[in-house]
Amino acid sequence: MKTLKIEELSKNFGSTEVLKKINLDIDEGNFLVLLGPSGCGKSTLLNIIAGLETINEGDVFIDDYNVSKVEPKDRNIAMVFQSYALYPSMNVKENMIFGLKQAKTSKEKIQEQLEKVSKFLQVDQLLERKPSQLSGGQRQRVAIGRALVREPRIFLFDEPLSNLDAKLRVEMRREIKKLHQQLKTTVVYVTHDQTEAMSLGTNIAIMNHGVIQQNDTPEMIYNKPSNTFVADFIGSPSMNLIKGILKENSGDLLFTVSGSNLEIPIKDYDFKDKSYLNNKEVFFGIRPEHIFFKKFNESDFEINLRADLSEYIGHEQIMTFDYANQEVLAKFPSTIKIDLGKETKLYFDLTQASLFDAQTEERI
Amino acid sequence: MQDSLKSSSYQQLEQKSKYTNMFLRWFLYFILILFASYFIFPLYVMVVTSLKTMEEIRQGTLLSWPSGLNIESWAVAWGGRGYGAGDTFLRPYFWNSIKMVVPAVFFSTFIGAMTGYVLTKWRFKGDQWVFLFLLFGCFIPFQAILLPMARTLGVLGISNSVIGLVLVHTVYGIPFTTLFFRNYYISVPTELVKAARIDGAGFFKIFFKILLPISAPIIVVTVIWQFTQIWNDFLFGSTFSFGEAAPIQVALNNMVLSSTSVKEYNVDMASAIIAGIPTLIVYVLAGKYFIRGLTSGAVKG
Repeated sequence: MKTLKIEELSKNFGSTEVLKKINLDIDEGNFLVLLGPSGCGKSTLLNIIAGLETINEGDVFIDDYNVSKVEPKDRNIAMVFQSYALYPSMNVKENMIFGLKQAKTSKEKIQEQLEKVSKFLQVDQLLERKPSQLSGGQRQRVAIGRALVREPRIFLFDEPLSNLDAKLRVEMRREIKKLHQQLKTTVVYVTHDQTEAMSLGTNIAIMNHGVIQQNDTPEMIYNKPSNTFVADFIGSPSMNLIKGILKENSGDLLFTVSGSNLEIPIKDYDFKDKSYLNNKEVFFGIRPEHIFFKKFNESDFEINLRADLSEYIGHEQIMTFDYANQEVLAKFPSTIKIDLGKETKLYFDLTQASLFDAQTEERI
Repeated sequence: MQDSLKSSSYQQLEQKSKYTNMFLRWFLYFILILFASYFIFPLYVMVVTSLKTMEEIRQGTLLSWPSGLNIESWAVAWGGRGYGAGDTFLRPYFWNSIKMVVPAVFFSTFIGAMTGYVLTKWRFKGDQWVFLFLLFGCFIPFQAILLPMARTLGVLGISNSVIGLVLVHTVYGIPFTTLFFRNYYISVPTELVKAARIDGAGFFKIFFKILLPISAPIIVVTVIWQFTQIWNDFLFGSTFSFGEAAPIQVALNNMVLSSTSVKEYNVDMASAIIAGIPTLIVYVLAGKYFIRGLTSGAVKG
């Protein structure tokens, strides 16, 4: 039994298709992050799960029960919003118990839930305050508390940290992670921030243009991106994608850029389909953090590239190198000194490399 | 050497800008006082004239101070002279106006709030057209709807009645009140409505429990606007009512224009002030709430 299951879901606003045949499911207790650039449909998907948006095609199941036509309040979900959406005219207590009151819960039960949750979230001192008298972090906590008192099957978070300042965001991120560890409730979490997604999710679904590009664990998303969009979206700076072709040379496979003598041997690469590789146009993908200034692993591949640019950012520096007129970025400790305009010896960790078909942009 | 030179020239500059500022400030006050007196002047004339006897008015000038607090003209304006036919005074018409204004302001504000709520938080297909046509209502001149409205009131059997006027003013007010509330509610995050829906609140509960309690500033604006419009209306009042059902503005007009004998300026002035007092009271009372930002910081970080 899946806690949440989405089947062939499509949604359009007028003539614009927002979601195209989405399939997705989550096991009990998992933390699914919907990640993508703005306008990719991730918030719409969350609203559909909540029942706040109608569906054009497909179905949503919660605990194997089709809830596609069920009212939001009867779906056994709770939602935390980006703007917190605390009712301005009610105090913290009234905010937190509003839902229980609507559901005609008994007074004793309401009181019990309120005490438990407000203690747990450390907002028990704030119960009489109005939302306008709270700080950003406190409001966030009350918003989470309002969701918690309902004891839902699924928590929905819609960019809950976007309105906080950088420091508080990191703190609240840790708190949400702890919360999930303690409660083990299923979570669907929408964000456009890859750090948030990576650190919180047990699963990440990366979306673009209304399609799920990859739904995997954070490790797989980072190490084995399924297409160039995912490769480019995750990581900062993002993965280098060097355009070239594959050449077969007496049984060995080489990556090369036409008109250049730079060649990278492709060995032990886990191809999905080993046929038709010769002369295939591909992107060779390698992350900046997998390019080194000295040999760390025996298998590291040595290559000479010209350094063009250095960006100092404190704990590290981002160097731009020239690879047959394509830019290659590498991340080094800021203590390393590299002369600009000169050929520099670099080492690629080829076990971490990815190859993508240049036409379909899919991983090969 | 150069440093001291610099600092002395800075001092000169500072001195100079101080004088300039002082001059500009006094000039500003002068202009403001000038304009303020220009606006307060008619009121002054009205008040002093209403406190004079007819004798004083004939002999003194427009600006001269009254000899004493002669409030007889106020009593006449409000309650009449006490003889039967032909004695027009404001009291009954004042109550007519109150009976017309209160329900008309209430209904038009309430309906406007409801429409504004639907147009922003429960969007439906073609809602922008509904809003556009409602906006049209703001631009249609009063005169254009007189005939159709008279016919409607006739069919409904409420012509020449206070209820009829309530209906006219409510209907004519809805475009304006809708505009106000729609523009206010559009800035209220829709997430509030979503949160309430998940919490299990329905259409009316969300309106009454979540949105109305934070609408105080716009309610005040709307009430001031509607009250002023309806209280000061003469056209609808004179067209759709006569005799006993007339509102105060119509009665004021009848009183001032229909006196056959001597023009009693003091009574006229007192009547005009009485007719204007309620709007003044509304401004004074509601103006306080006008500036209170009741939602400030409530929904955003």
